[in-house]
Amino acid sequence: MIQSSFTERNLRVLFPLPAIVFIGLLMVFPILYTLYLSFTNWNLTSGMGPSFVGLDSYLRVFSEPRFLHALGRTFTFTVFAVAVEVVLGVAIALILNRAFVGKSLAKLLLLLPLVATPIAVGIVFNLFYDPTIGLLNFTLDALGLPQGRWISSENTVIASLVMVDVWQWTPMITLIVLAGLAGLSEEPVEAARVDGASEWQILRYVTIPMVMPVILTAMILRLIDALKTFDIIFAMTGGGPGYASETLNIMGFKYSFEYFRIGQSSVILVALFLVVLLCSLGIMKLRESSEK
Amino acid sequence: MKKKFVPTLLFYLLVLIIALIVLFPFLWMLTSSFKTQVDIISWPPKLFFEPTLQNYRKVFEEQDFLKYFLNSTVVGAVAVGMSLLLGLPAAYSISRYAQTKLAVFILLARLMPGISFLMPWYIIFSRLGLIDSYVALILSHMLIALPIVVWIMSTYFSTIPRELEESAMVDGATRQMAFLKIILPLSGPGIITATTLSFIFSWNNFMFSQVLSMERTKTLPIAVYNFLSYAEVDWGGVMAAAVAIMAPAIILTMIFQKYVVKGLTMGAVKG
Repeated sequence: MIQSSFTERNLRVLFPLPAIVFIGLLMVFPILYTLYLSFTNWNLTSGMGPSFVGLDSYLRVFSEPRFLHALGRTFTFTVFAVAVEVVLGVAIALILNRAFVGKSLAKLLLLLPLVATPIAVGIVFNLFYDPTIGLLNFTLDALGLPQGRWISSENTVIASLVMVDVWQWTPMITLIVLAGLAGLSEEPVEAARVDGASEWQILRYVTIPMVMPVILTAMILRLIDALKTFDIIFAMTGGGPGYASETLNIMGFKYSFEYFRIGQSSVILVALFLVVLLCSLGIMKLRESSEK
Repeated sequence: MKKKFVPTLLFYLLVLIIALIVLFPFLWMLTSSFKTQVDIISWPPKLFFEPTLQNYRKVFEEQDFLKYFLNSTVVGAVAVGMSLLLGLPAAYSISRYAQTKLAVFILLARLMPGISFLMPWYIIFSRLGLIDSYVALILSHMLIALPIVVWIMSTYFSTIPRELEESAMVDGATRQMAFLKIILPLSGPGIITATTLSFIFSWNNFMFSQVLSMERTKTLPIAVYNFLSYAEVDWGGVMAAAVAIMAPAIILTMIFQKYVVKGLTMGAVKG
């Protein structure tokens, strides 16, 4: 019997070790550092170090209406965007789920929004929404419809931003669900058809339930990303007008890199971190129970 | 013959509408980038116009776009290369030893909001004098690329039968040799998927570079964003800049379409 070498016996530790060390240094340590800073008061521009203040920064941030609004807005934006994306994305996938001329071209087109640089997408839509010279208002005017102020109005800014997110990310749901549909067996559908089920009934009671786990996974992926949406909001409104489109991510960014109020920015980042973590865990639990 | 849920004519009409909505911003951006300012804001939109290269000239001459382009390429390429170096063995180990907890740990980096590491990085990198350095930027982009590499490659390795390396090990090869000589050469498609996807995500990243880079290491997304404020209402220039930044990612996607689709949908469908 040949004695296996040290490397070989410990491969399961040695192989992932560099990646673990990297993630530990670049992710775990910074998050712990943020957690520590959230218990301090520190203004980077003051030239003094962080001073420990216990829960003071938490109390100050949590009692600020601006924070509560940003928190609520993060959820509004996410729920609104993901709901539209899932409904549209699944519908489009069901429509495209058949052999047709140009299917691979259609799939390629669906990929394009997903790889388009978000910051540039935001910039392009900025010009689209511009109240005075934007294409949207020009078109509405030509059709005799009332014009809007879109991202310049507190009332419509979130909906306008959601539209951009929907344009960019609906195709991801579609592609995932299409891949899921392609992997389904034909048998249950055929059986239902033999039993005289209508196409609508087959869709409602056979196809959609079978592809549901894939839809839920696609939804989780989107939800996690939507909670963190930054680029398009930053490029299009920077959180404005006023604070009307400020989400936690944007607020955290401003407190960190514009006001340099590190203690309070850490509190916002911890809050965002927890929101993302709890939401992901919540939906995963939901998915597990739905599979049982 | 299978009956279709949507009649054929209606079906193609729907496909056409979907395609137009998806394509519209790209087409509008592309045509506007070749128009003069007057043509851009004229109504009705001019479908036929005299194309001008003036916008591109402005973007590439007045701004040092070539430098930013190179910065983006170098940061993306090195970050992806290093991530493969760290990620391939980790993914192999996750796949062969069923290290689910480890997989979740690495995927957390994909889940967590980037800003919760970015703020401490900014403080730490400032202390180390690494703001506006390639090192800091590449390390930050590795945190984008590494989870993608591990996610895609651990799934990919699991599709390769264990018998392949086990028979080599019976013949006396060590497991690490079997990984290098047998598994990796079979992993081309997976590696292409992981590389393309993580490079595109690095290329498109705005937030990390916005904070960690300044004039020397500035990447394209920052340059395009700055162009917006710098160029005020120069729409043609802004559109040309947007085209310049999106083109490489789109070309990569066209070349590697099959792989990109697989990478984006893989985890969801298998999971």
